[in-house]
Amino acid sequence: MAAILAAFTLTTATCQPLRAADAPMVRIENFAFTPPVLTVKPGTTVTFRNDDDIPHLVVANDSSFRSKALDTGDTYEFTFTKAGDFAYFCGLHPHMQGKITVAP
Amino acid sequence: MTHHHDDENGHISRRHALECMIWAGTGVLWTISGGIPVSLNLLGEAQAAEATATGFTFLQISDSHIGFDKAANPHAIDTLKEAMGKIQALPQKPAFMIHTGDITHLSKAAQFDNAAEIIGGAGFDVHYVPGEHDLIDDGNGKAYLERYGKGTKGAGWYSFDQNGVHFVALVNVVNLKAGGLGNLGAEQLAWLADDLKAVSASMPIVVFAHIPLWAVYPEWGWGTDDAAQALGLLKRFGSVTVLNGHIHQIMQKVEGNVTFHTARSTAFPQPAPGTAASPGPMTVPAGQLRGLLGTSSVTVKQGGQDLAIIDSTLA
Ligand SMILES: [Cu+2]
Repeated sequence: MAAILAAFTLTTATCQPLRAADAPMVRIENFAFTPPVLTVKPGTTVTFRNDDDIPHLVVANDSSFRSKALDTGDTYEFTFTKAGDFAYFCGLHPHMQGKITVAP
Repeated sequence: MTHHHDDENGHISRRHALECMIWAGTGVLWTISGGIPVSLNLLGEAQAAEATATGFTFLQISDSHIGFDKAANPHAIDTLKEAMGKIQALPQKPAFMIHTGDITHLSKAAQFDNAAEIIGGAGFDVHYVPGEHDLIDDGNGKAYLERYGKGTKGAGWYSFDQNGVHFVALVNVVNLKAGGLGNLGAEQLAWLADDLKAVSASMPIVVFAHIPLWAVYPEWGWGTDDAAQALGLLKRFGSVTVLNGHIHQIMQKVEGNVTFHTARSTAFPQPAPGTAASPGPMTVPAGQLRGLLGTSSVTVKQGGQDLAIIDSTLA
């Protein structure tokens, strides 16, 4: 029993950091973007995932990207190629705001 | 939002008890006299009929969210059917209905079809404004405007007169700006100024829109950035009633000659401002859901400026 548990812990422990490194993610929960500020390297694809029971919509302040309405569990991906600060908000609930900082 | 439920349950039962005291039975008859609402009495059916006999009644329905199927109400379509059943059973038939937005949850054609069948099937004249959920199709609101936009301006605003009352339907859910609240926009405000020019100051005005035109709770986006400009245009009128949805709970406020009133949803309740981490669907014990959903009926007395608003639950 202990061996099985240890093996299981080991599997999850090796999987999770890999996934996190591969796919930087902004989670949408409780009408907020988490993390509110995310720093990535140029060329990184960021995934936005809606974990609320209500749709949200990710829109760049400078209109450089815009998702479709994301229902519960839906994701939106955008690849940030240029360095800089990219502020964004929810097109349905504009008091929700976030920022992606792209730096080498 | 599961981790908030324990906190919220205490809140809900307290709030529910409070609502039962205030909104018991068929509700409270509010008479708006000189801008001050006076609660007349707890109404029975006979009294309500008497109150409506001298004027006309219209009904407000809001936030039906057809397509919503999460834990807060897996059957939003059924509670809308229940609400329409109650409306059809009213002893005094409303002259017409207004729908203050979020007809659908995701602006899908099938959701609009279901809503039209249930709401339109009742045979009442219905005047709509869109909620933000009605404009999230791939065509950016095309689905809503194709169905309900005929004879409207811009994103769907319009006005009409009925029985000596001027009704204004406003849209405050488009062109939302980062960090902002609901938005009417310069084009709509210019249209409103022009529309009201021809209206006598003694004519009662009923404005309806989806998001509240007063700052209910800006921290949750419950307000409209340029509402003050619209309210400035309404200052010269003796009686102004502003009806909205969006927050899925009853709230009322009086400011000068303007009475603001927010209706319940027929789909799911939302928490009272500041009582949860965020707005959004609030899951309550099954036995409490119908006590938190409902519709509002508004009575206009002929020849007077008094409007009486009666809120009814599905319970
Ligand atoms: Cu949102």
